[in-house]
Amino acid sequence: MKRIVFAGLVVFLLLAAAGYAAFYVAPTERTMGLIQRIFYLHAPSGMTALVAFFLCFLGNLGYVFSRKDRWDWLGVSAAEVGLAFCTVVLVTGPIWAHPVWGIWWAWDPRLTLTAVLWLLYVSYLLLRTLVEEPQRRALVSAVFGIFAFIDVPLVYMSIRWWRTQHPQPVVFGGQSSGLDPKMRMVMFLFWGALLALMALLIWVRYRLEALRADVDALRREVESP
Amino acid sequence: MSLASDSIALLGKELHTEFCSRELLTTTIVFILVVIVLFSFTFDPTSTESHRFGPGLLWLAFLFAASLMLQPCFLREQTNDTLSALRLAVRDPFAIFLAKLSANTLFLLLTELLLLPIFAVLYDIPVLRVFPSLLLVFFLGSLGVSIVGTALSAISAHARMRELLLPLLMLPVLTPVLIASTEATAALLDPHPSLRWDWLGFLAVFDAVFLTTLWLFGEYLLEE
Repeated sequence: MKRIVFAGLVVFLLLAAAGYAAFYVAPTERTMGLIQRIFYLHAPSGMTALVAFFLCFLGNLGYVFSRKDRWDWLGVSAAEVGLAFCTVVLVTGPIWAHPVWGIWWAWDPRLTLTAVLWLLYVSYLLLRTLVEEPQRRALVSAVFGIFAFIDVPLVYMSIRWWRTQHPQPVVFGGQSSGLDPKMRMVMFLFWGALLALMALLIWVRYRLEALRADVDALRREVESP
Repeated sequence: MSLASDSIALLGKELHTEFCSRELLTTTIVFILVVIVLFSFTFDPTSTESHRFGPGLLWLAFLFAASLMLQPCFLREQTNDTLSALRLAVRDPFAIFLAKLSANTLFLLLTELLLLPIFAVLYDIPVLRVFPSLLLVFFLGSLGVSIVGTALSAISAHARMRELLLPLLMLPVLTPVLIASTEATAALLDPHPSLRWDWLGFLAVFDAVFLTTLWLFGEYLLEE
């Protein structure tokens, strides 16, 4: 418990520093102005979500091959945390896009990929709630997780090909290619803070899942004649 | 060799079961027909409009129909308690998947071919001149749908709310197939038709990737 409080404090300080840097250290963007600062939360959240989904994939593979429950706990924890970050991306994106592009949403490759990614992992979590028996649930959701993760590059490729054949509806701004060094630094600082937050959340969620498994096992022991 | 002979024997069993009742095929065909007719109310079904919407509409209808058609694939084995018998009968459990997905590809292809003339008439889209190429697109697309759908129907068979769950699991995973098949079909149904090898290649890659995944991980789904 003490360790979690300490880790939480560290993550909080990191996030506070990153937030401060995003508002006061990073220079204001010339054309977009203040709204561009949402980028420091938006882009690193997307990268963090991908890291979390990769951890989920590792958990799924680990479970299929070793059948140890702790891999399943990693899978579900990472999927939930990744989904939370993915949601942050999908919410902050339109907030930025509306004043800059003039529209809330564009069917651009990256946006579409994020939306499909979100749907894939929502289905993963939904599947878990609908299978009763713990071993069965762990196994089938692990296999689905593997299918979903392998699908991600294919989804991305198909959407890219499909969209690049049409003219882009709007000019895409905020690429890291033309990023000011200070902006880049702030972005990576924010990413570090979010990765720490992700690790903390996965850790807490993992412990919860472990406790849940203990309670389940005890309950079955009591209920069995 | 044993894999091939086992699969062919099981495929025979799948086809025999279906052609005895023809329940699955009839229901799916009527379902797609209903969808195609209902779609015409959502936009102006003139020739130019249907050229723009037609291919996407067709593939959406196929996908929805497949998500219903693949439902009983493993459920039937479960309710009749025949899955363990199947597992004992074959040397490699992948043969069960191979047989089921070949049967499903065949069923899907058959429904698509039966509905294509009706679609062409209703939406005034000439299909005859590009028919062989269209068949290739339909085959690669349906194969992708069947590979993923068969695997996921083995997953959803264990869950509650499985009728709703299968489309939910299947449709997002099949996004690449929907895009690639729609684009390839659209290029063929264009007034100046062209065969898009890039999309066909993409579909082939999709099929190969998921067939390999199924080969590697499918057996875990058949554990009792």
